[in-house]
Amino acid sequence: MKYKTDVVVIGGGAAGMAAAYRAKKEGVDVILLERDEDTGGVLNQCIHNGFGLQYFKKDLTGPEFKEYAKERLEDIEILFGTYVLEVRNDRTIIFVDRRGIHEIETKALVMATGARERHFNSLPVPGKRITGVFTAGLAQRFINLENLKPGSKAVILGSGDIGLIMARRLTLEGIKVEAVLEIMPYPGGLERNVQQCLKDFGIPLYLSHTVTAIEGDRRLEKVIAAQVDYKWDPIPGTEKEFEVDTLITSVGLIPQTKPVDFVETDPGFLVSNTNQTSEDWIFAAGNCTVIFDLVDYVAKEGEKAGKYAAMYAKGEYKKGKKVKVRKGENIGVIHPIYIDPTQESTLYIRVSKVFDRANIKVLPLDVEVIEDEARPPEMIVVKLKPFDENIDEIEVMADELISKLG
Amino acid sequence: MSSSQNLVKELTCVRCPLGCKVKIEYTKELEVLNISGNKCPRGREYAIQEISDPHRILVTSIKVKKGKYLLASVKTTDAIPLRLFDEAMKIIEKLEVEAPVKRGDIIIKNFLETGTNLIVTRSVERL
Repeated sequence: MKYKTDVVVIGGGAAGMAAAYRAKKEGVDVILLERDEDTGGVLNQCIHNGFGLQYFKKDLTGPEFKEYAKERLEDIEILFGTYVLEVRNDRTIIFVDRRGIHEIETKALVMATGARERHFNSLPVPGKRITGVFTAGLAQRFINLENLKPGSKAVILGSGDIGLIMARRLTLEGIKVEAVLEIMPYPGGLERNVQQCLKDFGIPLYLSHTVTAIEGDRRLEKVIAAQVDYKWDPIPGTEKEFEVDTLITSVGLIPQTKPVDFVETDPGFLVSNTNQTSEDWIFAAGNCTVIFDLVDYVAKEGEKAGKYAAMYAKGEYKKGKKVKVRKGENIGVIHPIYIDPTQESTLYIRVSKVFDRANIKVLPLDVEVIEDEARPPEMIVVKLKPFDENIDEIEVMADELISKLG
Repeated sequence: MSSSQNLVKELTCVRCPLGCKVKIEYTKELEVLNISGNKCPRGREYAIQEISDPHRILVTSIKVKKGKYLLASVKTTDAIPLRLFDEAMKIIEKLEVEAPVKRGDIIIKNFLETGTNLIVTRSVERL
């Protein structure tokens, strides 16, 4: 079948739902492609609360957030069970579903394809590739959607939010969590999750620790961990053994950019403040650009992408001028990396080290933000007004604020 | 009372993702002397509750018969004492409802006499 539309959105998670909703609101035709049988993406399995405080002004669980977002999509054509095979630069999209192979001719595209989990097998850890090793997201899916129990005693590698949330979830379901290991000297997730997922249940967190080997015959029997030095090399004599049948890994997410292979990526889509990629007609939002801390940020970005994609389709927004945003001193992540100075922008920043009091500056703009206890895992949001189009480059940097005495 | 007997706890407020670092100073008798670091009144409430009887929202899931999904996620409508979690999970583990269920459906009213309800957070259609 051949379709024709103004805006195609690929991916029906938090970013894609928001993009489709907003594009439609701008008065254009929208088709949303979702590979699953329902929208929501990972929200469906994130049954914990803490979502939506900024976006819906309510404390919601993942499934509730999804339902709130989905209720706004009633007059949008959503094609479920679809898999996009190809995005061509002549603005056609080829996808497959149970009925066969189809083609969509579109004016603009929003990529909202999210991220995939990095797997344990991609880490250089010796040992057989035995059963009992799960990514946190997979274990979460088993427990929260499929009513399956992954094991009975577990170690969690990685203290990102998914790892922390899973520590609590496993504990509540009667699976003993022996330890959470974190290679960095500070926790990878939000402070509140360290409190409510680990401290609440007395689960030990070993900072500067990693898994050095796994043992077992068919099923995991033992996880060997050790403390690491500043180069992440295990320190001899610090080994600890955990007799567990399950290892849950939460070791990072990788933005998913397939099947678009002709735009700038690193590793996610590189976009501007209007979510435009290096191809004028392709916009991107959410975890396929950079990994966000909060679904609220993802949804806001999705809406913005939907808005500009619709404006592009209507001929109201063209290729914007792009001012490069440079990563200055002590900045680990900056998003977006281009700014169209005629439009407002929201910068998402991760510092690269722990600060008591960080002073974040956007140069040469006169913008300064002070952030207490800034840590790499917690994104700092800075809003910028439109600025002088003659500025070629801006730089974001952070330094420790020396408090003045007296 | 000498100040050496006073206690100090540095907490991370869990009421929202901002995660304010709240510092509470109090006596052994749980008399609050000072609270700082909170950006809103919820942080103050949280700190006081935290030193006496920590409360949390319980999120988990229940079995669903004849539904499009095997499970419906549930939550308590407000935070309940953390000390009741074990007891709560033992009750929830035995629950089973028949589809359809809708977001907001009350599964247990006044759950464990806490004044909060256990409600559905995922609508599950009937197969």
